[in-house]
Amino acid sequence: MSSKPISGPHTAASRRVDQIMWLVIKAMAPAIACGLFLFGWPALYLLATTVAAAVLFEALSLKLKGVAAMPFVRDGSAIVTGLLVAMTLPPWAPWWIGVVGAAIAIVLGKHVYGGLGQNLFNPAMLARVALLISFPIEMTTWANVSPLFTGPGVIDSLAITFGGLQNADAVTGATTLGYVKTEFSQGRMLPGSLLDYSGFLAFLGWERGSLGETSSLLILAGGIWLIRQGVIKWHIPVSLLLTIFLLSSLFHLLDATHYLGPWVHLNSGAVMLVAFFIATDYVTSPNTPQGQIIFGAGCGLLIYVIRTWGGYPEGTGFAILLMNAVTPLIDHYIRPRIYGRYRNGKPLDISNP
Amino acid sequence: MFALFENPRLRGGIHAEEHKTETSALPIATDFPLPKKLYIPVQQHVGKPAEPLVMVGEKVLKGQLLAYSQGTISAPVHAPTSGTIVDVKDFPAPHPSALPIRTVVLESDGLEQWAELNVADDPFQLDPEEICLRVGAAGVVGLGGAVFPSAVKLNLGRKNKIHTLLINAGECEPYLTCDDRLMQERAAEIVAGIRLMLRGMDAPKALVGIEDNKPEAFAAMREASRAFSNIVVSQVPTRYPMGWDRQMLRYLTGQEIPADGRATDIGVVVHNVATAYAVYNAVCLGQPLISRVVTVSGAALAKPQNVEVPIGTLMSEVLVYCGLDKAKLARLVMGGPMMGDALPIAEVPVVKACNGILALSHADIEEPEVQPCIRCSSCVTACPVGLLPLEMASRIKVNQLDAAVDLGLKDCISCGSCSYVCPSNIPLVHYFKFASGELVKRQQAEHKAEQTKRLIEDRNNRMERMRLEAEAEAQRAAEARAARLAAQQQAKADGTDKTTQSVAAEETA
Repeated sequence: MSSKPISGPHTAASRRVDQIMWLVIKAMAPAIACGLFLFGWPALYLLATTVAAAVLFEALSLKLKGVAAMPFVRDGSAIVTGLLVAMTLPPWAPWWIGVVGAAIAIVLGKHVYGGLGQNLFNPAMLARVALLISFPIEMTTWANVSPLFTGPGVIDSLAITFGGLQNADAVTGATTLGYVKTEFSQGRMLPGSLLDYSGFLAFLGWERGSLGETSSLLILAGGIWLIRQGVIKWHIPVSLLLTIFLLSSLFHLLDATHYLGPWVHLNSGAVMLVAFFIATDYVTSPNTPQGQIIFGAGCGLLIYVIRTWGGYPEGTGFAILLMNAVTPLIDHYIRPRIYGRYRNGKPLDISNP
Repeated sequence: MFALFENPRLRGGIHAEEHKTETSALPIATDFPLPKKLYIPVQQHVGKPAEPLVMVGEKVLKGQLLAYSQGTISAPVHAPTSGTIVDVKDFPAPHPSALPIRTVVLESDGLEQWAELNVADDPFQLDPEEICLRVGAAGVVGLGGAVFPSAVKLNLGRKNKIHTLLINAGECEPYLTCDDRLMQERAAEIVAGIRLMLRGMDAPKALVGIEDNKPEAFAAMREASRAFSNIVVSQVPTRYPMGWDRQMLRYLTGQEIPADGRATDIGVVVHNVATAYAVYNAVCLGQPLISRVVTVSGAALAKPQNVEVPIGTLMSEVLVYCGLDKAKLARLVMGGPMMGDALPIAEVPVVKACNGILALSHADIEEPEVQPCIRCSSCVTACPVGLLPLEMASRIKVNQLDAAVDLGLKDCISCGSCSYVCPSNIPLVHYFKFASGELVKRQQAEHKAEQTKRLIEDRNNRMERMRLEAEAEAQRAAEARAARLAAQQQAKADGTDKTTQSVAAEETA
């Protein structure tokens, strides 16, 4: 028995940081598996490279900080970041895109701020945006869907990911959002340009896009499972998706030839992934339910605005980073009401009915 | 389905692992062997300690007054059995510090001879004042752990307009089942106690809140109170800290107690359910509070159970009775595992506040490493008060106590929900207790500095006054001398020596 004073509680809940991270990884697994299935070996190589690089940079950063690396590497946060970075990359991107992305995410996005829990911006989104601006060609070269065993083989794929082989024209094309943007710029209207778009296939994931973003269905399933597990709360995903749904519905009703409908918006790009796995990042989102609703709505608004009127076809990365920057402000102003007090902190009036 | 809409009357809280089934199905053990020696501290309540009135060597009877209450907030202490007073000395208290407090040591004679008891013929016809008097004289204090003298609360109730007596039977702490068992076995007595309390403070109705994990207790209480329409027994959700009176009050009535106010301000008085039982004993049977039901539980015990033990029994004896395995014992806790105190030694007495003795094993208290905060905001969700524990802790960590106070540090009830859910094992409650302690220290230092400043000012004023007085005195003396000299000169001029002589004599004097 110890004789030093100990403070309660003398019992604790069983879920630890590493367990939370593994639950997140489990929830992402179906969407990742789908991405690997659709885009084949190059996607697998890229994913492995990115995750390995993320863990390596994590260990390196901790070593430079003079901290024992192992207990922190084991918490799983670097693996989650690595997976998220990979999921947002074009599946046939060269290996160094993954390595640079992991470096930006882990070193610049996380450890420069002081490590786990200290960063202002979501590391994965920071990496994605930095890569998109720095390497626009590599980041917008999309592979066609070529399910495992029908695309390039194990060895040929090595050449695509690690050999710097330019993708053959036959396997590239634009994403739906990118295609629409280009069509608009050439003066063509929507109904004609979306003839071959199948909303249902897109929902399943059967479309060009980033490695782990295409299957809205599987991401949605993973996200709902995470909410049921109590790992994330509903406030951010619901407010984010609802905002995009309402805005896109409104404009689509006003002018269907210029504005994509809600189904396309919710199914395309990184919206689902962002709603459930990026915007809900504990560190970079507000603390209170009310703050989280404001944050989610803000993300949704910015995503829609950037996609519709901005220069890029996809706006999730920018939207998330902008709202991350606002998070401390939201946390400062949106606080829970304290028991027995008004919102402004004054004690309640005495009322004896 | 996940709860999209929270009950607005129920905020925060956690569902801790309960560990209640180990003891909730067993009857209260009433055959605990009478200890040879009992150690009865004179302070077992909030307020002023009681003053011993027995001498060493004196023989006392069971229920006899050992120490009388002094001051308005205090409670007397009685002999748990008959025997001889062998000492009045300082003895370790059941507190994390184990600092000694004044304790009456009683050696039992094994006869259990009762003193003459003041039994009421018809307790429900007694004057409200009389009920309060009897409750006060019996040394009844709040048995939920706060140990506030019950008579003071009843009197407070009579002075204010009270519309509801809230009986707190939440018993939300894991492990603890003493109130549960008491309700299952002695519901009729508890209901009688509630009726006496209602009469004692002239309140129209009582609400009894029982967590829904105690269906047998609920059924027993509902059955026992069926004849009394002014006693409403309700189930409340099992969510720690439901036993926090303000949480239960909000859940049952929707009312909130203002942050700077008391329950009486909004017409409510809250008593623990075990207190109602003690009130019954005091008023109907005339028996003072000399024993209580304690939950003795934990993985280091072979026979966890509820035991009725005399106040003053050493915890070590109770633990042995329940089959303590010393090798397994990692931590001894008085109270529940959430808010209870870890005790450094087991040779401390059971007191009125003691509702649980937990012998926790190493597995129970396993404390993994502290990791960085990942801002998951679980603590924000868990806080029943509506605080931001993670923000408060981060301020305290860099010694910004004022910022922590701005965030509501003083509203923290130390319930431990935030620490419990923290995936990084950050000892949040520890931070808040530390900060509160620092604030008290700072306040005391400020007070002392102010006092010193006032003393110095007083001294300076005094010195100044003395200087002015001395100056004025000197001036008066000088003026007097000048007057005399003038008179002397005048006299010289007049040529009368006599006057000069008298003036000189006066001056030498």
